Amino acid sequence: MSTETKRTPSQKAPRKDKGEPSNNGADAQQDDFGGTTPELRRELLRSMLGQRRFEEKCAEAYALGKIGGFCHLYIGQEAISTGVMSMIRPDDYVITAYRDHGQALARGISPRAIMAELFGREAGCSHGKGGSMHLFDADTNFLGGHGIVGGHVPIAAGVGFAIKYRRGNQVCICFFGEAAVNIGAFHEALNMASLWNLPVIFIIENNRYGMGTAISRSTANEDVAIRAQGYRMDGESVDGQDVFAVRKCIERAVERARKEKRPTLIEMKTYRFMGHSMSDAVSGTYRTKEELEENMKRDPILVLHNRMYEAGELTEGEMHKMDDEAKAIAQDAWDFADASPEPPLDHLYTDVYSDTTS
Amino acid sequence: MAVLTYRDALTQALREELQRDDRVFLMGEEVAQYNGAYKVSKGLLDEFGPMRIVDTPITELGFAGIGVGAAMVGLRPIVEFMTWNFALLALDEVVNAAAKTFYMSGGQFKIPMVFRGPNGAALQLAAQHSQAWESWLAHIPGLKVLTPGTPADAKGLLKSAIRDDNPVVFLEGEMLYNTKGEVPEEEYLTPIGVAELKREGDHCSLITHGKMVLVAMRVADDLAKEGINIDVVDLRTVRPMDVEAISRSVQKTNRAVVLEEGWEICGMGSQVVDFIQRECFDDLDSPVLRVHQEDVPMPYAKNLERAAKPDAGKTVAAIKKVMYLD
Repeated sequence: MSTETKRTPSQKAPRKDKGEPSNNGADAQQDDFGGTTPELRRELLRSMLGQRRFEEKCAEAYALGKIGGFCHLYIGQEAISTGVMSMIRPDDYVITAYRDHGQALARGISPRAIMAELFGREAGCSHGKGGSMHLFDADTNFLGGHGIVGGHVPIAAGVGFAIKYRRGNQVCICFFGEAAVNIGAFHEALNMASLWNLPVIFIIENNRYGMGTAISRSTANEDVAIRAQGYRMDGESVDGQDVFAVRKCIERAVERARKEKRPTLIEMKTYRFMGHSMSDAVSGTYRTKEELEENMKRDPILVLHNRMYEAGELTEGEMHKMDDEAKAIAQDAWDFADASPEPPLDHLYTDVYSDTTS
Repeated sequence: MAVLTYRDALTQALREELQRDDRVFLMGEEVAQYNGAYKVSKGLLDEFGPMRIVDTPITELGFAGIGVGAAMVGLRPIVEFMTWNFALLALDEVVNAAAKTFYMSGGQFKIPMVFRGPNGAALQLAAQHSQAWESWLAHIPGLKVLTPGTPADAKGLLKSAIRDDNPVVFLEGEMLYNTKGEVPEEEYLTPIGVAELKREGDHCSLITHGKMVLVAMRVADDLAKEGINIDVVDLRTVRPMDVEAISRSVQKTNRAVVLEEGWEICGMGSQVVDFIQRECFDDLDSPVLRVHQEDVPMPYAKNLERAAKPDAGKTVAAIKKVMYLD
């Protein structure tokens, strides 16, 4: 399965008529690059393309049986991971759910280490013991890859607690899907984060489906950001397909966390272009092909590409080159993972307990 | 040696470790201003302040997860559950997060924390408040499960638990808090995973842990009057379990009874019996018997509750049976 459709980012997109009705209100910011430099915009594009091409390789590897288990692709949501990671510091913390490849890449874990993990190899970022849903990396303060919906939201609050305990000024970013707002752990964590002034930024990636259940069928009030009010917390809702909107919103939340020591709840409106996991049909069961195609018009990579193209700062040739580089990095990750040794059998028994004390 | 209550021994352990390491903090319902639902944290708020002795809302899953997150980035939380019955709500964080993160991350993230609180039945608290959870928790690789039965072990094991770099489940007993025992004056640590032979005799091994240690000692006293001398093997830690201590005793006495507070099916005793049949098959002179709670939810009525619980009488009967004396 591949998202290599006729709307690949490298193709020239139709120029938007200024009079055209806006799509999700995103075009209102059409001329606002959020204070970014052209160089930074290229970096953002490169990051998003890197995730896309990497995950297309994941789909291919899954089909060939090189990746096993559950494999949840992030394709369509890359503006969020890229936008958020571009606004935080290396000493900040990131924790996420099981759809974690994009965030791990955007955070700076090497594509080789991630692909090796997906292939179940010793060189993987979790040494082959975690797999797709449990990517971890101490070097980048990437606290996982968690597989129980909502279970890691209190853990994020605990990281925030530790920051406060040490009087640090880091933040903890916590990603989860919109379906997690209905689970108790979410509410327990938000309550304490606000009560105790913990520097945590809770990001709801609202891709509108919890597995195959549409938000309209699961959630009494679809305005999920409003749940912040129940906990006396700042809440915002932004277009998650627009990397500049993501960045602006995160900038405000980071400042609130660092200076006021206050948490924020942010809904990022997005859409997943693939199925829930690799075993799930892309469309046809719980959503229509038409709906999918309509949403793919707002491919976050396409949105950014078009704006850079319209601003005259990116030629088609440059875009092709960047895309080829992204593909080459993904292929290199595959080659590396494929050639890497499996974990030695005696590692079955290591890392169950630490033999250290304090 | 000083004579202390089990409660005061725990408080001493908490105080000493809070003084020793400023990464250690205590969190739970009513632990600070109220001084602890069972007064184990009495005086600690005054000494260490509200950042280290933290009252939480009634939100077991939430604050257990907060503990895991804090531990992941280097603090050493002690999470108190008012009782382990309430901790059932927090088990996702204990089992899926605390126990597995070190493994899932390929050894990158340790979870040095303690989950503690009273376990098992008290008096007439009925079905939802009278349950012993050790076999549930001991089932999980990644957790250590400690069940001290005496003040000295309570103090020494809690200090070891706090210093351990793994998630440790620490099971206390509501009915134990007021019990007294000798506790060394000087600093000491009780090693995790080492049983103690609390009474020595040649006729039968009585293997037990936690609150049932007191029952076992009474049984040993009663039987001694009849000329029957038993080993009382206090496991102290049910995961990891000291299989060698069990084997040593059974190889000497050739008979064993396993006494526990929880239910029969998949109880801790099942595991002990499994170790015995593997390690001591040729040493046994009779089948191993188990004494445990009757296979019913705990009733409220005094007479029914008494009948449901394991006790000295049932244990004496089991020992006489394995000795073919009944």
